[in-house]
Amino acid sequence: MKFSDEFEARFAEMVPHYPTKRSALVPTLLYAQDEVGFLSDEVIAELASRLELTELEVRNVISYYSMLTTEPRGKFNVQVCTNISCMVRGAEEILHHCARRLGIGNKQTTPDGLFTLEEVECIGACSWAPAAQVNYDFHENLTAEKIDGILDEYKKRGTQ
Amino acid sequence: MTQSPNHKILMADVNLTVDGKKVTAPAGTLLIEACKTVGIEVPSFCYYPNLSLQGACRMCLVKIEKMPKLQTACTTVISEGMIVTTDSDDVKQARKSMLEMLLGNHPLDCPVCDAGGECELQDMTFSYGAAESKFMEAKNHKDEQQWSPVVFFDRPRCILCYRCVRVCGEGMDVWALGVQNRGVSSLIAPNKKDHLECEECGMCIDICPVGALTSGAYRYKTRPWEMTHVGTVCTHCGDGCKTTLGVRRSDTGMEIVRGDNRDKSGTNGDFLCIKGRYAFDFANHEERLTQPLIRKNGKLTPSTWEEAFELVGKKFAEVRDKEGGSAIGVIGSTRTTNEEAYLLSKFARVVLKTNNVDHHRTADFPALSAALRGKPDATASMADVFNAPAILLIGNDPTEQHPLLAWQIRNNVRLHRAKLYVVNSQTIKLRRQATSFTQIPLGTEGKVASFLSGDEAAADALVSASSDNGSIDKDGWIALRDKLRGEQNLVIIFGSEIRANDISSLVRFGAGISGAKFICLADYSNSRGAADMGLYPDLLPGYHPLAGTSDFHQEWSVAQAAGLDLANMVEAGKKGALKALYVVGSNPVGRLDIDPFAFSNSFVVVQDMFLTETAIMADVVLPAANAYEKAGTMTNTCGDVQLVKKAGEISGTKSDFEMIVRIADAMGFDVRKLVPFGGGTRADMGQSRGAQSGEADRHAVWLEMQGLEPKLSPLDPMAILDEIQRLVPGYQISRPNLLAGNSEHTSLTKSGAGAAHNPESIAPANDTLFTSGTLGRYSRTLQSVLESHEVKPAEVAAD
Repeated sequence: MKFSDEFEARFAEMVPHYPTKRSALVPTLLYAQDEVGFLSDEVIAELASRLELTELEVRNVISYYSMLTTEPRGKFNVQVCTNISCMVRGAEEILHHCARRLGIGNKQTTPDGLFTLEEVECIGACSWAPAAQVNYDFHENLTAEKIDGILDEYKKRGTQ
Repeated sequence: MTQSPNHKILMADVNLTVDGKKVTAPAGTLLIEACKTVGIEVPSFCYYPNLSLQGACRMCLVKIEKMPKLQTACTTVISEGMIVTTDSDDVKQARKSMLEMLLGNHPLDCPVCDAGGECELQDMTFSYGAAESKFMEAKNHKDEQQWSPVVFFDRPRCILCYRCVRVCGEGMDVWALGVQNRGVSSLIAPNKKDHLECEECGMCIDICPVGALTSGAYRYKTRPWEMTHVGTVCTHCGDGCKTTLGVRRSDTGMEIVRGDNRDKSGTNGDFLCIKGRYAFDFANHEERLTQPLIRKNGKLTPSTWEEAFELVGKKFAEVRDKEGGSAIGVIGSTRTTNEEAYLLSKFARVVLKTNNVDHHRTADFPALSAALRGKPDATASMADVFNAPAILLIGNDPTEQHPLLAWQIRNNVRLHRAKLYVVNSQTIKLRRQATSFTQIPLGTEGKVASFLSGDEAAADALVSASSDNGSIDKDGWIALRDKLRGEQNLVIIFGSEIRANDISSLVRFGAGISGAKFICLADYSNSRGAADMGLYPDLLPGYHPLAGTSDFHQEWSVAQAAGLDLANMVEAGKKGALKALYVVGSNPVGRLDIDPFAFSNSFVVVQDMFLTETAIMADVVLPAANAYEKAGTMTNTCGDVQLVKKAGEISGTKSDFEMIVRIADAMGFDVRKLVPFGGGTRADMGQSRGAQSGEADRHAVWLEMQGLEPKLSPLDPMAILDEIQRLVPGYQISRPNLLAGNSEHTSLTKSGAGAAHNPESIAPANDTLFTSGTLGRYSRTLQSVLESHEVKPAEVAAD
């Protein structure tokens, strides 16, 4: 299968950094996921052959990490932290609010394919709890109103 | 520390103290193994000898002085002055806690679990566990899954020791199992998402300490304690694995319900392939013959044994007396015991007075015997393959055709870093373990032998036009040969592609390498025995040519002229010159493409389990017992002899041994001259009952060890074993060792001169992992696996 030139450049640069090929697996998976949107069977087969692993080994690694997925996600992956700091600052409510607002549950995707909602473990933003992460962007000190604004903004961006 | 198997370095000893006991073991020993040497058991689930270390189950935690926390004995290497405690209160508490955690998600369905009664988790809980659990949480449940016709997975029972993952990858080089997810939701996963694509060996099931992996062949059939276990030799390929058959009473005798080798007896240890583990089920097939059949008015009709033996005896005697013995043909089996093969060979020559004797040949042992004559220790045993510093494999695909040999090679490379040289026309799987893999054009294996023995011109045929990955040029071949010449104790293994003169070339090449030994690969469980016992038209047992002298010539007073081989028997049959044909446990019509009408004018007697293509055209069919239903010995392709024990029984069948004796008897022959029974020791054997009952046993054991126990009837195969050991060169092996269940290597050093046969007379079986000649067709397990492997999901949607 074909990846972008940028991916190929990164991959070529990365592999010789490690003593064994398989060590490059986790970052490669992340780059591939960013590019394709999820880790399809095709991606898995391709990376397995490139890194001389069995497809099973690649799947095992993917299933170990919650940030890697073999299912397609929405354009924006809304990851709401519900670990201790966020929880005591009202993260549960934020999560429920998102679920009501988007009309989907945990790890589900809106019919328009824009949003996926996910409850995640600590994202390291405890000082600004409650926090959420949309794709790679952080949103902090959340309230219901604030999250509405954020989701509106993404919706606008996604439908333009 | 690197350790070359060529120069085994004796590691310095290390002294330590375990529970106050002084322990001395070589440096590098794992603590858990060192404890074993002084009788201290450290419990563990994930630790398994010869597999990589895991340290997952935490059952082997012990206290080591000066170390802050409890340590896993399975990953700790011993060191000088180490002071270890394995029975302190905190160690005991740690074990209890580990078991409590393992049982937290365990369904405790022991009353219906296959492993119940032989479960390591049960045993550990009994020995080290807590009686109560503090867990209140609901148990994780997942429904049972079927991964293949033979492999079922019950997730809740799994304790995540990863033994299955490691034995599949490291031991089998299949890598079909992995671990999905993490933490409490980890689970063992098959390589094709919801099913397995693998060699179906069942090692994962066998090695599972609990009942998480169960077999389609055995699950929910019985309880372990309801079976009797009989260790015998597998009846499929020529490797001679020990298999322990679990049997129980059934309506028709003794039914075999399970095969494994958990006691690790035999060279194969706990290894078995799908055939040894599951393909015993042909024995219980409903098409099994249980009554003699006689052709009456053109139809095979059930009869009594008396009628059948009387008819066969009368007819055979008639033909012999009127037409001479040369009008009778005899085809022997590659799956009967040595005693039966020998007896048949003797029966043909002594009773039927014919040398028209042959069998389905799958390797050229007479040529090997001729080439190795007079050379001591020139054959390698199956055990040698695991320990040899270097191995040369020419032809064959052991992964498919000799699974144990492949296991021995693979694990020798993995554990001892043996050097493996593979020369093959195909990219066989064992190339993955090879130090050097060389691909040759199809059918040029013989040229390899010529080239190695010094015929430089032969190399031209080996250099293929297409420059494949594995093919090399002439200089490459010369370099390879130089490298091989520099090896020591090289084991040279070759498939049936190499025959006749090519074998002597290879032996000449081996003569220049110090300690070189040979293995010639044949396809069936007793192909080697059939050859050793003289099922040839021109050779007597021990490869003695008919046109020569030997003990047999004196004892049997045989005619010196060679008889007809199989091809010539067919020709004689077509001409009407072959008046009678006696086929014992062979299916030449089905397996060797013989015209079924060739013997229309002959009186044909077939002994078999099923109405095979050969049996269907017979005049008399006698229902035979198979190798799992009789006693005797078998010789594997390397020449290792092992004891065959009776495990199963189907009423209405007889062993080939008994049938041969009874036919001789029906012909009016004095069976004492056929089977040397009687003549045992008659004396006061002491008391067999009461307080001194052991006395009789002690007498019996000693006599048995010397081969002197009374042979009470002509149906006792041990009487023929006595004769084999007396007369067949190379079979002068240790009887006590054999009876103890070990394999005893025979030698060809003192064999007869052998013979130069037409290379075309060898017909390889070409069996795969999932086929086994005619037998395989009657194994439901093999058939279901074959079907499941044929159905491949479509790669692309049809539209």
